[in-house]
Amino acid sequence: MKHLDEFRDGKTARELGDQITRLATRPMRFMEVCGTHTMAIARHGLKALLPDTVKLISGPGCPVCVTPQLDIDRFMAMGAIPDVILTSFGDMLRVPGSHTTLEKKRAEGVDVRIVYGPLDAVKLAQDNPDRKVIFCGVGFETTAPTVALAIKDAQRLGLKNFFVYCAHKTMPAALLALACDPESAIDGFLCPGHVSAIIGSDTYIPIAQESHTPCVIAGFEPLDMLQAILMLVKQVMEGRAEVEVPYNRVVAPMGNPLALAAIDEVFYPSDAEWRGLGVIPGSGLAMRPEYAAFDALQFLPELGEIPTPKPTACECGQILKGRKSPQECHAFGKACTPMNPVGPCMVSSEGACAAAYRFAPPT
Amino acid sequence: MCLAIPMKVVELNGPQATVEQEGVTRNIRVDFLRDLQLGEYVLVHAGVAIERIGEEEAAETLQLIKELCDETP
Repeated sequence: MKHLDEFRDGKTARELGDQITRLATRPMRFMEVCGTHTMAIARHGLKALLPDTVKLISGPGCPVCVTPQLDIDRFMAMGAIPDVILTSFGDMLRVPGSHTTLEKKRAEGVDVRIVYGPLDAVKLAQDNPDRKVIFCGVGFETTAPTVALAIKDAQRLGLKNFFVYCAHKTMPAALLALACDPESAIDGFLCPGHVSAIIGSDTYIPIAQESHTPCVIAGFEPLDMLQAILMLVKQVMEGRAEVEVPYNRVVAPMGNPLALAAIDEVFYPSDAEWRGLGVIPGSGLAMRPEYAAFDALQFLPELGEIPTPKPTACECGQILKGRKSPQECHAFGKACTPMNPVGPCMVSSEGACAAAYRFAPPT
Repeated sequence: MCLAIPMKVVELNGPQATVEQEGVTRNIRVDFLRDLQLGEYVLVHAGVAIERIGEEEAAETLQLIKELCDETP
């Protein structure tokens, strides 16, 4: 594990920190939009190595955290339809909707099953021909191709009892909206790791150019992240706004063409609501008419009227936009803890509030 | 949630593959990777390989994931 030891070299970390301190002679704010980055920053105490001029903020990098309450309310209503088996990634189960969570619904007898991925939900549909299997499609570009694959499988197998509720989000439009929001005042993005592997580094070029915001695709290793922050600082100080990839990382400019083709075959871009951020045009995915038979939206008339959810009594929205830190939320560590989360940022371990609570708990 | 786990390809059968990591094997799909070879490392997300990676990077990524997950209360 020599390679790893080199990465963890404390001296190099301090040198990078010093270089950042020397160069960053004016205040700047960088946002990461990747749940694993959120955790790594908190876990390794990276903020302590940075000067007061450089602020790191955790944006909407966790798909669970940005799933709106209405979608969660609908998941629960769909689960209550007779003969339905509701399938979901485990992360979604504890996220509060308007009144309750899928986990509590499951305890009340609703058939909610955690699956490892959408292909397992297809298998479940095959094994239970007399039941309707609905998959809660949540996730960014990393996950959307796997769901597209499952839908194509279901079509190939001629399944009539497999459905997807498509709540997928895509990163580029959201990043551009955040970059152009004067209140967020973002000077640069640490771009997400696995999402970038799918969408490719070239995708960020229009974002960097249109909003004049530097974008650097960072690895998960603490030194990688410091290196990426240094690259962002240099860009800001030199007035550049480019897409850069650290020398030791490989990200294909065009991403993974086969995965992108699968997304494009099954879905088309749609407007999507992000919890806390509102509707962002072109930031979601909807199912193409050719695949309408697998779209769980067809069950909506059966669900009756679902009241418009009231906003959660916490400041997840402000936190996701980088306007507030978790510690600045009145509920943080008091009404809202990982054991009893009020908002989605505290539920998922990748959420900004959960990471802040775990690695720097309120005193 | 976007986390992908590095695993080694130990069996290939069309779009299906068996991957292994520390004695744990799993059947996955490899539809999104062309010309995958036995012994290569891939990042697996939700039952599908999304990217091929080198052995060194695989070891490093696995270590990082362990560190992040071990401290989950």
